[in-house]
Amino acid sequence: MLKKLCAKAFPKSLWVYHVNAGACNGCDIEVINVLTPYYDAERFGIKLVGSPRHADVLLVSGPVTRQIAPALRRVYEAVPNPKLVFAIGSCPTGGNVFFDSYATLGGLDTVLPVDYFIPGCPPRPEAILYGVAVALGLASKKVAPITMTQSHPEEILKKFEQAQREYK
Amino acid sequence: MFMSKLKEALICLKAGRVTAAFPLGPEPHPPGDWYRGKIAVDVEKCIGCGGCANVCPARLIEITDDGPQRIIEYFLKRCTYCGRCAEVCPEDAIAMTREYQLATNLNDDLYIRTELYMGPCGRCGRCFKPASPLDKMMVTGFRNQSEGK
Repeated sequence: MLKKLCAKAFPKSLWVYHVNAGACNGCDIEVINVLTPYYDAERFGIKLVGSPRHADVLLVSGPVTRQIAPALRRVYEAVPNPKLVFAIGSCPTGGNVFFDSYATLGGLDTVLPVDYFIPGCPPRPEAILYGVAVALGLASKKVAPITMTQSHPEEILKKFEQAQREYK
Repeated sequence: MFMSKLKEALICLKAGRVTAAFPLGPEPHPPGDWYRGKIAVDVEKCIGCGGCANVCPARLIEITDDGPQRIIEYFLKRCTYCGRCAEVCPEDAIAMTREYQLATNLNDDLYIRTELYMGPCGRCGRCFKPASPLDKMMVTGFRNQSEGK
C-alpha cells in the first residue's frame, strides 16, 4: 500500500534533505558519493536541497543524539506532506554501538516514523542506491527474519542407528 | 574565463559516459573476499559457547537459556560489520557473507534466531556444555565405519 502511495505521490522526482543526527560523517560521505556522476542518483530525479521546506525526503544519518532530537522533530514537521524518511547507516536503523548510551536515543525509529532503513557501517554507495531502488519500486527487498533450530541429539541418534542398521 | 570554460567542457566530453548503470544493470564493483557483509550462522556447527556475544561491540547477540535449549538471537539492525564474531568463533559457525543489499522498510527484518540443544546439567537441568563429542561422532562417523565404506 505504501508503495502504491509512493508511486502516486512522487511521480517525478524526490528532493532530499540530509540531516546529520550525530553521525561520524562516514555515511554522509557515502551519500555524497551516491550523488556524484559515477553512481549518479540524480538520474532518478534525486536532488539535494538546502531547506527541509523544499524537500520530499529526509535522509537521516547518525544515532539521534539527545541534543539534536528536538531539532530533528522540527525538521520533520517542516517537510511538507507527503514525506518519506530514510535512515542511512546502522546508527539510525538500530542505534549501532551507541544504542544504550545516555547521550543518544538509540535509533531513529524511537523519534520519527521511518519508511526505509539502509543498514551498513557505512553502507556502500551501491547499498544506498539499492535502497533508493527499493523505495522507487525498481527492486524488492532481500532480507527477512531467520529462525534456525539445531537438529535434536535424539534425532541424530535415530539417524545414526538407522545408518548402523543399514551398514549391518 | 571563456577559454577555461571551453577547456572544462572539452575535458568533460573527453571523459565520455562514466555513470554506472547500477540498480538497473550489473554492479560496477562487486565486493571481493575482503568484504564483510551480513553475517551467516551455521546452526549445526554452533556449540553455544557465547564467545561472539562477549566480543560483539554493539552487544547485538543475546543468549537466553530455556531448559536444555539455548536460544541465541542476533539483532543485526545495529551490526557494525566488524567481523569480530566470525574471527573469535572456534567452530567457524559464523561467517561474513558479501551480502550488502539489506535495505528494508522494517528494521526487525535484520534478525536471526538460532535454537541449540545443549548438554543439560543432571541436577538442575540447565545447559552448561555443548552436546557431547559422542553425539558429534555419531554425525561425522567412527573410524571403522568409514573404512567399511
